[in-house]
Amino acid sequence: MKHLLSIDDLTLDDVDRLMELSDHMSEVNQRANPKVPALRGTTVCNLFFESSTRTRLSFETATKRLSGDVLTFAVSESSVNKGESLRDTIETVAAMGVDAFVVRHGSSGVPQQVCRWTSASVVNAGDGWHSHPTQALLDAYTVRTELGRNAGFDGLHLAVVGDIKHSRVARSVSRLFAKLGARVTFVAPTTLLPVDPEFDHTADLDNVIGDIDVLYLLRMQRERMREALVPNLGEYTTRFGLTPERAGRLREGALVMHPGPMNHGVEITVDPAELPGAVIGHQVSNGVAVRMAVLFDLLGSGAVAR
Amino acid sequence: MDKGAPEGAKQVLGADDVRRATTRIAHEIVERNRGLDGVALVGVQRGGVWLARRLAEAIAEIDGSHVPWGSIDVAFYRDDIAIRPVTPAAVSELPFDIDGATIVIVDDVLFTGRTIRAALDALVEYGRPAAVQLCVMVDRGHRQLPIRPDFVGKNLPTSADETVVVTDLGVTIG
Repeated sequence: MKHLLSIDDLTLDDVDRLMELSDHMSEVNQRANPKVPALRGTTVCNLFFESSTRTRLSFETATKRLSGDVLTFAVSESSVNKGESLRDTIETVAAMGVDAFVVRHGSSGVPQQVCRWTSASVVNAGDGWHSHPTQALLDAYTVRTELGRNAGFDGLHLAVVGDIKHSRVARSVSRLFAKLGARVTFVAPTTLLPVDPEFDHTADLDNVIGDIDVLYLLRMQRERMREALVPNLGEYTTRFGLTPERAGRLREGALVMHPGPMNHGVEITVDPAELPGAVIGHQVSNGVAVRMAVLFDLLGSGAVAR
Repeated sequence: MDKGAPEGAKQVLGADDVRRATTRIAHEIVERNRGLDGVALVGVQRGGVWLARRLAEAIAEIDGSHVPWGSIDVAFYRDDIAIRPVTPAAVSELPFDIDGATIVIVDDVLFTGRTIRAALDALVEYGRPAAVQLCVMVDRGHRQLPIRPDFVGKNLPTSADETVVVTDLGVTIG
């Protein structure tokens, strides 16, 4: 692979290979010295035009654990503020000798655009409402390891709850899980569903809560309330939040996932620490392993024709 | 090696030869490491893993001692990443303490020595062995690094472009 821009670009073989590589990276991460020399001499530039804590730190950690060098570009302190164009920024950084760009941007399609301006690999770390492929991969890897689903997700039922319409996470996660064989149900008020939803959908979480293997809660963004798409957060919680009562109706062994950052008291009112199926912390640690796998595949094993 | 022998390959050792060589090496390991105290075998993924297991079984038959064995994947330590496709085989498993142990690295074929260089680097990430020894079923020459085996099943003169395949069913060259 040269770039990772969207889940749609990945074949099942690609996904399998990345999952197997992630197993190796998890083993590295469990060592006393969690570092291997695999990407010595390579430089990865994190270009984050949108705020992020976990994704940026996760990519940074992943690069360092593979012995690569990291350039982190904080847009707020950069010449972008002096009016430098995106293209000039990319070409300037590329001229310093960068092997991969990790790009997050508020507009869909920016990572694709960046590919045209540089010969380096490009990883999409989230673009607009479009795609967030490494999030989906780490979520799939989490389900694969937690539920022992190495052979795929046939028969697995995933419910994605929340603001489906504006969520690149929802789009990427649902498509990847479906690609792996899972049944996907969107749970959201109609104002937060896309016009033509790709998967089954319902506005009643109680309809599906007892019938799912993975409950995937999305972050409820407060600005949606200002836009009057949700009457108020209290009502959202009543209808779509994971309350203690709903948690009690989850199947035994069902997983509860969240991409973070979490709005405690909105999409979830139970303490995840007290939910046996909550794997939110594992998602974060698996994120490092999966991003190591992606970087190794782009810059190491996949950098030459197989 | 999981790849099959190439077309027209010549068999140089049969299954019996490999079995006998394994037993002989097991004797040599026992002799060299009196008491086998703190000795553990580490097979290099993939070709060395079956041989490490066989050697542990052979030692148990000879001596009654239980010698722990494990496997190590060296892909992330290779010096040809991004020059040729390098993909890890199976996750390393070392179910014993490396600190202070005498580790016998086991591989099927010793060629340039670069895999063993990578294996040494990978191994020390897990601890500080008291000593490291090297055991291979076939030494085919053409070393590019100052690495020499302690235990050898068979010295096999080859040309650099030949392929040597070692399994428990025998050794072919072609």
